[in-house]
Amino acid sequence: MTDMINATINGVPVEVAPGTTILDAARKVHVKIPTLCKHPDLEATGACGICIVKVQNTGKMLRSCCTPLDEGMDILTETPEIVEVRRGVLELTLSRHPNECLTCLRNQNCELQALAADFGMTTSDLPNIVPDLPLDTSTKSIVLDPRKCILCGRCITVCQQHQNVWALSFLNRGFKTRIAAAGDIPLADSPCVRCGQCSAHCPTGAIVEYDETVAVWNKLQDPEAYCVVQIAPAVRVAVGEAFGFPIGANLTGKIYASLRRMGFKAVFDTNFGADLTIMEEASEFKSRLLEGTGVLPLITSCCPGWVDFMEKFHGDMIDHFSSCKSPHEMVGALSKTYYAEKMGIDPAKIFVVSIMPCTAKKSEIIRSKEMSSSGYQDVDVSLTTREFARMIKQSGIDFVTIPDEQPDHMLGAYTGAGTIFGATGGVMEAALRTAHYYVTGHDAPRVDFEMTRGLEGVKEGKLNVAGKEIRVAVAHGLANVEQVLEKVRAAREAGEELPYHFIEVMACAGGCVGGGGQPYGATNELRTKRAAGLYQEDQAGLWRCSHHNPYIKELYSEFLGEIGGHKAHDLLHTGYQVLPEYKR
Amino acid sequence: MSEDTALDDVEVEEAPEDEIVVLAQKWKKKRGSLIMALHELQGRLGYVPRESAMKLGREMGIPLANIYEVLTFYNYFKLESPGKYIISVCTGTACHIKGSPKLLHGIENELGIKEGESTPDGEYHLQGVRCLGCCGLAPLASVNGKVYGKQDVTDAHGLLENVKRDEPMHVAAESDDAE
Repeated sequence: MTDMINATINGVPVEVAPGTTILDAARKVHVKIPTLCKHPDLEATGACGICIVKVQNTGKMLRSCCTPLDEGMDILTETPEIVEVRRGVLELTLSRHPNECLTCLRNQNCELQALAADFGMTTSDLPNIVPDLPLDTSTKSIVLDPRKCILCGRCITVCQQHQNVWALSFLNRGFKTRIAAAGDIPLADSPCVRCGQCSAHCPTGAIVEYDETVAVWNKLQDPEAYCVVQIAPAVRVAVGEAFGFPIGANLTGKIYASLRRMGFKAVFDTNFGADLTIMEEASEFKSRLLEGTGVLPLITSCCPGWVDFMEKFHGDMIDHFSSCKSPHEMVGALSKTYYAEKMGIDPAKIFVVSIMPCTAKKSEIIRSKEMSSSGYQDVDVSLTTREFARMIKQSGIDFVTIPDEQPDHMLGAYTGAGTIFGATGGVMEAALRTAHYYVTGHDAPRVDFEMTRGLEGVKEGKLNVAGKEIRVAVAHGLANVEQVLEKVRAAREAGEELPYHFIEVMACAGGCVGGGGQPYGATNELRTKRAAGLYQEDQAGLWRCSHHNPYIKELYSEFLGEIGGHKAHDLLHTGYQVLPEYKR
Repeated sequence: MSEDTALDDVEVEEAPEDEIVVLAQKWKKKRGSLIMALHELQGRLGYVPRESAMKLGREMGIPLANIYEVLTFYNYFKLESPGKYIISVCTGTACHIKGSPKLLHGIENELGIKEGESTPDGEYHLQGVRCLGCCGLAPLASVNGKVYGKQDVTDAHGLLENVKRDEPMHVAAESDDAE
């Protein structure tokens, strides 16, 4: 074992592994050093300088986020001198930040605002010079307001290094430095896949979700409209963070109740759609595996950020993609057909709102003609978890105390397999449960496939189904996808046996629980807790396999007919196209 | 070929694309050579158009985001065309022998600018370039990718008039000559 580093921080002895930053070491001894550019989820860039500390031995002031603790260091983190420097950093940052807190989406949820409050930044001798830069709303998913950017570089790190999308970069230098889409064009024309990780990591209001809450409120007020709603798996274990619930608390019942209070006439659950996706996708897998109806490996397609990424960067993989729509699109299509028919409602009046952990879903709902398979746009508006939390607050609902309610079961009852869609590996696990049943005619003796769980960037595993070895891979965080696809390409070109039969990809680290539309502050610790909330529900549930969902069975027998049949194909499946990497 | 087909129009516009491939091959293997490649590109075109930067990025395996970080960091690089008409007078060997320096000076006098400069109204940018690859038409200039060949080096004014009327050389005229 390597020698541990011993030092003192504010006189308190601390022992850490070599390489530990002063910032992290300080946390160990309960010292909180303020940070601004550093996000606990990302590598330090040392851009802002607010985390400086003083090394008594040398008298130097160093940035604690990117300086490893050295043997024998005597660190001071809070002296009048240090506080003065930090105030200087803040004053300079605020001098080119617009004073628009009251009208900013990040009001009361902004890291710069919080620091300004902590440091009592009430006056300044510096003039407020805000660069005159236009708002970029071109994606209708993510809004870029470069005026509010403090140049911390988090969005760039996550977009370039973690997602390998390279849609964002700094342009110019010095005082003119600004954040912009690659090549200084509208974000919608850049390689951006709308995953929203930039917005989830932004400390200020420089990158936020495209807010559509007003459109939803207006529809809820419209006596002609019949508003229905659905919530994604990952929303239920994250929205509570906005109301002080412990991280990972599953608040499904409260969410249903709140949505009814808001005026939604039916409350559905995307978990139902997830179960339905599994019925179709596991069937697709089975027929590709046993009957050779398509190429293997089959690759999941329920993540719109990943679909966009594949269409832009990996067009040669289109044939491998599952033709299944994502779960919320399935629920949308069925809301305006099956549900409308059964309830005797004019589908033209139905307004479907999806509440998703995701910014990319906002683009997905208009991505192709198949997203209007009901004859109308299947999903009318897709809101993020963050927008939903604001709506609850606006509506005067006491979310903490409101009693649980049930969903409208027709498109709302679900199994544990549907719930775990919200975590990386969940789609694979759910699919394996049902694929096993399809191939063998009986359920696996144990339906927990742990090899798919956890936060390893690429997870691989194999299982034996009726004497056949099935090899699977699960990747999350788009930068991790490449290595999996390269393996497939290499084997394909060499004419060798394929490395995998089935691949799951989620654009965001941790899967949807770490989605770009989720509450701020995602770290692996937090992703793990949110995922745990989903796995607990799965474990405790009555039904754990999608094919056990009685409402799914009813849907097929009453409306859809055969699994993978004509009607299912028209409503539940879609197609893909190769997109130019950069539009001109 | 029909009378109004501009000579070499297509080829001349494609030439920079191929050139970018060559450029990328040349610099690809050397670490940190993006700036050098961009220098060459700008030297050739007078600025770095978006399309060329994208093509270079693809050929060199560098994301456009990175290229623009470099392009906008240094004042030297231009993203916009320096003028409405970019006049490139060929100073390659064949054109030189046929008197292209005289043509260049003539244009300088006509426009009141030096080689490498733009007119204050942003209409013209004048540059000398090395061989444009059509020595048979020497002495020649290219303006926004269109070729004005077999110029009278004493008549810079006439050349500029043709540029304004967007009347480059015509293939038919050329082939008549050949006959």
